[in-house]
Amino acid sequence: MTIVESPIRVEDAPQNAVRVEDVQLDITLEQLKKLVSPRALTGETMLLNMGPQHPSTHGVLRLLLELDGETIVSCIPDIGYLHTGIEKTAEGKTYLKVIPLTDRTDYLAPMSNNLAFCGAVEKLVGIDVPIRAQYLRVILMELTRMNSHLVWLGTHALDIGAMSVFLYCMREREMILDIYEAVSGARMMSSYIRPGGLWRDVPAHFPQLVQRVLDVFPGRILEYEKLLKENPLWKERTVGIGKISAQDAIAWGMTGPCLRGSGVNYDVRKAQPYSSYDHFEFSVPLGSHGDVYDRYKCRMEEFNQSLKIIKQAMDRLPPGPVMTDDRKVAPPPKHEIAYSMESLIHHFKLWTEGFRAPEGEVYFAVESGKGEYGVLLSGDGSPKPRRVHFRAPSFHNLQPLGEISKGALLADIVAIIGSIDIVLGDVDR
Amino acid sequence: MNHPLSELLKSALGDAISQVTLFRDEVTLHTSRERILDVLTHLRDVQQFDMLTDETCVDYYPREPRFGILYQLYSIPRNLRVRVKVMLSEYDASLPSAVPVYRNANWLEREIYDLFGIHFEGHPDLRRILLPPDYPGHPLRKEVPVTVEENAFSFNRARIDAAKPYATE
Repeated sequence: MTIVESPIRVEDAPQNAVRVEDVQLDITLEQLKKLVSPRALTGETMLLNMGPQHPSTHGVLRLLLELDGETIVSCIPDIGYLHTGIEKTAEGKTYLKVIPLTDRTDYLAPMSNNLAFCGAVEKLVGIDVPIRAQYLRVILMELTRMNSHLVWLGTHALDIGAMSVFLYCMREREMILDIYEAVSGARMMSSYIRPGGLWRDVPAHFPQLVQRVLDVFPGRILEYEKLLKENPLWKERTVGIGKISAQDAIAWGMTGPCLRGSGVNYDVRKAQPYSSYDHFEFSVPLGSHGDVYDRYKCRMEEFNQSLKIIKQAMDRLPPGPVMTDDRKVAPPPKHEIAYSMESLIHHFKLWTEGFRAPEGEVYFAVESGKGEYGVLLSGDGSPKPRRVHFRAPSFHNLQPLGEISKGALLADIVAIIGSIDIVLGDVDR
Repeated sequence: MNHPLSELLKSALGDAISQVTLFRDEVTLHTSRERILDVLTHLRDVQQFDMLTDETCVDYYPREPRFGILYQLYSIPRNLRVRVKVMLSEYDASLPSAVPVYRNANWLEREIYDLFGIHFEGHPDLRRILLPPDYPGHPLRKEVPVTVEENAFSFNRARIDAAKPYATE
């Protein structure tokens, strides 16, 4: 390595920059030349590697940035560092045993993933879910959305420099994780939603835990807004940054708050209601400019809408079973196993061999915190799926990053990544 | 075949659609790889299916043609979903890229290429996306077994010899 006498001087700068020939990006030089601008080849612009170990890429995302001064000329995302082959692993497991894998895709919203997969299985096999289970699913889905948004808000604000918001968000997230723990026994990898209903009914103190969230949260949301909404520093970093038009957002397949921030009214809960979402009154917050600030405002308003849905569902929560009585998929109750040999055999068969799903393909989508989380499930008549494909919202929302960040400043890319809210477990699966 | 959408699309697209299937209220249009871009363009421009929700591949081994490419489309104005399916032979697994019609097919097709080894003609940047570039084969194909684990430790001399890198001159 050569030592540069005065590295900040312009004539010495190119020695520190990465040359096109030196980039290690799982890519040949010819392929790279197609992705960067011609100016990178002459050395006029600089290539800068960002990540995969960079705190504001929210995990292991790697970006290759082409910079003209501080302005981004092109941005090439490189993903796959967290690829765990979940879709292949799922092909070797019975339908029930795939559920714990779905927790690990978008690990900040495990219940949404559970529901998307179980919904697909229910659609493929043809199972009806009892109404109490549907309402409880709605409550848990909305808590999951808040959980996902809290982590988004905390890390997004932290990236931009508002550190205290992160601490507050993590404090409130505890309440939701406590509810997860109460219902499923696990704080993150819940695997609570099962084909046909829920693993078990919620514990007796579940209403108090949810009531605590309902009581505490409205004030806390105001607290966050007091910190950020009209904060000139926050607005300086977010207003007009990372704009994407409605047409482009649709063409790139963006969903969730990223799409609604551009003013497109598409929410799976409203468009194609599942799990009796049509029983509840709520509105879908929309932005208009499609910038980082509008995406922030959409998500903040979704907190209030989630609370509204949870309140309605808790008030009208019906009694009854939480698992379908279709014994093809539902295990016999524990007390039956104690005295009935048939039930014991049934339970054993269900857990070792699993249930069979018919030949065919179904697609089932839910609105997770990040967007449309879909599962394409192909059954082949055996107890194991032929193919499971997760339509991960983060994967689709991340794809236009190169286009959104074109012309932005280097510091803005941190704000943009934060505002599209990616989870790399979801992107890479 | 009583779904209103299936009749409508069948008459609008004519002979490009070889078959329409209805399963669990989901319409699937079967087409060929020669006509796939016509079908997608028609669905996007005339039928208002403005969003490519998902594109993926299913390996129907041991059937032949073996690979099914599934395009999951959604129309925001009409609030409808439709699926388009193209079957591909194992021996000629290539089809035209959908990137000119739907931009976000870019990464989705890279993923299919990566995991199934299907070639997309005219794709602007066809290279592996999830796996490292030197990864052998395409793991989501059915001939790749789901669970094979290399033994971390073994007393089997033959296995040790097979895996051990001996110095050669």
